[in-house]
Amino acid sequence: MELERFELGATHYKESDLKEGKLLSLPWTPNLKYAWDNGVAIGRYLAELKEGRIIARKCNKCRRIMLPPRMFCEMCWRPTDEWVYVKDTGRVNTYSVCYVNWDASRIKKGEKPHLPAVIEIDGASPGMGILHLLGEVEPEDIKIGMWVRAVWKKPEEREGAITDILYFKPVRR
Amino acid sequence: MREKVAIAGVGYTAFTSVSPGVSYRELTYEAAVKAYEEAGVEPKDVDSFVCTSEDFLEGYSISDEYCNDQLGAVLKPVQTIPGDFMHSLAVGVMHILTGKFDIVVVQALSKASNMKTIPEMINFALDPVLNRPLDVTPYAVAGLEMNRFLEEGRATREQCAAVVVKNKANALLNPLAGYGASITVDHVLESEPVAEPVRLLDIAPYADGAVVMVLCSERVAPSLTDRPVWITGIGWSTDSPTLESRDWVDAVSVRLAGDMAYRMAGVKCPAKEVDLAEVNDEISFKELQHLEALRLFDEGAAGKATEDGKTSLEGTLPVNPSGGGLGVGHLFECSGAQKVLELVLQLRGEAGARQVAGAGVGVAQAWRGIPTTSAAVAVLCAD
Repeated sequence: MELERFELGATHYKESDLKEGKLLSLPWTPNLKYAWDNGVAIGRYLAELKEGRIIARKCNKCRRIMLPPRMFCEMCWRPTDEWVYVKDTGRVNTYSVCYVNWDASRIKKGEKPHLPAVIEIDGASPGMGILHLLGEVEPEDIKIGMWVRAVWKKPEEREGAITDILYFKPVRR
Repeated sequence: MREKVAIAGVGYTAFTSVSPGVSYRELTYEAAVKAYEEAGVEPKDVDSFVCTSEDFLEGYSISDEYCNDQLGAVLKPVQTIPGDFMHSLAVGVMHILTGKFDIVVVQALSKASNMKTIPEMINFALDPVLNRPLDVTPYAVAGLEMNRFLEEGRATREQCAAVVVKNKANALLNPLAGYGASITVDHVLESEPVAEPVRLLDIAPYADGAVVMVLCSERVAPSLTDRPVWITGIGWSTDSPTLESRDWVDAVSVRLAGDMAYRMAGVKCPAKEVDLAEVNDEISFKELQHLEALRLFDEGAAGKATEDGKTSLEGTLPVNPSGGGLGVGHLFECSGAQKVLELVLQLRGEAGARQVAGAGVGVAQAWRGIPTTSAAVAVLCAD
């Protein structure tokens, strides 16, 4: 990707100036590695995904069935009460059609755009669900409010990750 | 009458080398519940939340966005400080002293066990153009400083080791501490060299933990607690980051932060008026350097005092009764929180087997760690 020409004061720089060493700079790639302890709520959530199930957590005060699950209700400020299995179907709350990759590079010609969507999952409280991808659908056919169902990885390929669901595909209701 | 702010509730987890059973959210929730319970408040009663987080340590960009849920701070006034907990504490104190806030919550967290390349993360704090290309361990910064400190005759190598022995022994009396041990000066001197003269046992090992505190104004304090601990002074300061031209002997920023806090608290002669201190001891000699910067001992006297037991639990000025960083663990941005926490427990007379007799005025000091020169100091008083 060609770096667009930008101006700094009255001087014009081009990407080629950097490449040819006309501008002195030092590159640095940090070695930053992390792990995240999933804890009780997300640990169980991921373990259930591995089994092909989606689990939520209920607060008996506000009665919300929360997805992703959490051990405390951030609105009522109390521990949540029970585990609740929810369905792997739901409706598209919102979506986007992305022609750039996660690192802002443009998708190649002929490649399908990425289709992230927030899915309100059946059985969870309104407005709660999963941020995932849509599949088996053309961008122009996606509608907010459309019904979708999870397409899972094969059981032996699941590893207890959000990607154990491949994507959500449209279903007729 | 001088202005002061009450600590009405403290909540904390144990400080442990790992915490695989809980997420950082669940860890913080535990501390928050305890703090709110102690002060008898709920999040709806809180006027302002001040969190502490450092993106490269949390592994998130804009990690402050992830502080709210576990504090009950959703849709409330929240801000986050990328520094030590004690910098956040200073912000909380300022909020209250404006007169516009009565109850402020301050939080800090360490999930050091989730940081898999800690030396590289610390190295990432060095100047990228002038320092990093040399490919030396960031602990070299501590080695360079300790060497010059020793050369100036400010302490002996053995006296620095005595700090480790004392703090790890104190930690054995602290059920929250992860690194208590009964060791000798020789164990320290014979431990693996890291960045000479710094050896492995001179370095505070990393730990996980969370601390939450409820601060309140003098006005509402009686309705929240019958055992307030008062923050009477607070100060902070940062030197230039330049390794090429910094002061390698004295912790100048600690001196200035301390003087700022003493001025606010009306402390004229710290060595006489302070009963106990929790100071940063991330590297053994730093405890001595910091004690002198805080005017608790004369230049070059802290090492001898340590050797003579004056800074032990039974001494004239107990230092790091909690076990300090060497005994409790290095908690990154939560380090200062553990220090303030210990003073709160001590000043309330709730420190159990490590209780310092007659604890009335305490000083807590934080340093933001290698390679920084950022310091914060608080003066705390019993009711």
